[in-house]
Amino acid sequence: MSHRPITEDDLHGYVDQLLEPERRTEVAAYLDAHPDVARRVATFSGQRDLLRSALAPIADEPLPPELNLSRIIEARKQRPTRLRWAVAAMLLLSVGSLGGWIARGSMLASSSGLAALAQEAADSFNVYAPDRVRPVEVRASDGAQLVQWLSNRMHQAIRVPDLTTAGYRLMGGRLIATSHGPAAMFMYDDDRGDRLVVLTRPMTADQNAPMTPQSNGEVAGFAWADGGMGYSLVGRSAAESLRPIANEVRKQARTI
Amino acid sequence: MNDMLLQVEPLIPALRRYARALLRNPTAADDLVQDCLERAVSHWQQRREGNARSWLFTILHNLAVNQFRQSASRGRHVTIDETNEDDFGQEAVQEQTLMYRDVLDKLAKLPDDQRAVLLLVAVEDLSYAEAAKVLNIPIGTVMSRLSRARERLQQEIEGTADETSRNVLKLRSVK
Repeated sequence: MSHRPITEDDLHGYVDQLLEPERRTEVAAYLDAHPDVARRVATFSGQRDLLRSALAPIADEPLPPELNLSRIIEARKQRPTRLRWAVAAMLLLSVGSLGGWIARGSMLASSSGLAALAQEAADSFNVYAPDRVRPVEVRASDGAQLVQWLSNRMHQAIRVPDLTTAGYRLMGGRLIATSHGPAAMFMYDDDRGDRLVVLTRPMTADQNAPMTPQSNGEVAGFAWADGGMGYSLVGRSAAESLRPIANEVRKQARTI
Repeated sequence: MNDMLLQVEPLIPALRRYARALLRNPTAADDLVQDCLERAVSHWQQRREGNARSWLFTILHNLAVNQFRQSASRGRHVTIDETNEDDFGQEAVQEQTLMYRDVLDKLAKLPDDQRAVLLLVAVEDLSYAEAAKVLNIPIGTVMSRLSRARERLQQEIEGTADETSRNVLKLRSVK
């Protein structure tokens, strides 16, 4: 018999019947000795039973035709998905090679400088932030791997800005293809699920540029460059509300 | 495709139950489940994890959160009182049905994030780790929300939830 103290989590685990048998016995013994706690646990178990009984009839209702999975699969097969993807992939390839060819030539500062960077950040935001399934390629839980990979690809020591003081948690990141080479994208979210994107890449034009507000449609934020690296922070909030966060990103990037 | 049918189909009733308990509107809930199933069908091959159940609940939950957000910005908010009497069940009104309706009324007064945790864990039998994955929050947050949800529901049942927090809840924040 172990002597691990009983925790609040154990009590919930007991109610939800998620404890290992041995721990369950220990909690049961504890409850026998502590009637007050036992009463509380009993009310939680009562709630659980009541909710389950109250909601059970919903799961017993016959499914409406719209929720017939075989029909959904059939309807999907009717659509020429494969072909569409093939066409899209060919288009992407040709755009990619065209982009690469253009990039060989000398570019105007306006199309490779801060404005371009901010546009890339906004594009990344628009593509990845609404993605509920796979917004990032490498999750924050594999942070070390993420940093290593992005640093290798950028030939620069990349550091992930920590925005927890501003209430944003790192979700993870991915490598982004731009016409100026690879860029690192990091995505954050707050408790309400609002997301932010930070994009960084080496700059050819505007190697050092002061922080300027940027806006592309509904997405707004800031872009700046320090010592050859460009940074852009964008989100769906008003640009000004993002300024303190952008300042924080800049401060942290400078301490590499 | 057959594999998908075998794994996903048995979960549809539970997805419906979760959606309806969360949205409190049967039509909107079924629309949400339909949307979820369509996404599941089109993304089945990209799915990395083996656990179809928590994957489906994740898709559904994210769709529900988007819906909350949209209805919050439109200022529309369906309370339990506005919904149809038999939204939660088909039986005639009996004492037991009244009791069930009452607990669901009380449940509806919980903030959305607490309600979601309680439903996933206590009704849908997700483990704490699975619930953390679905809600994209640390497991410690699951435990604290679950604890707050249970205390809060108990207060509602005993009629001791204080008026201030009740008024705040009427604003029905997103998360």
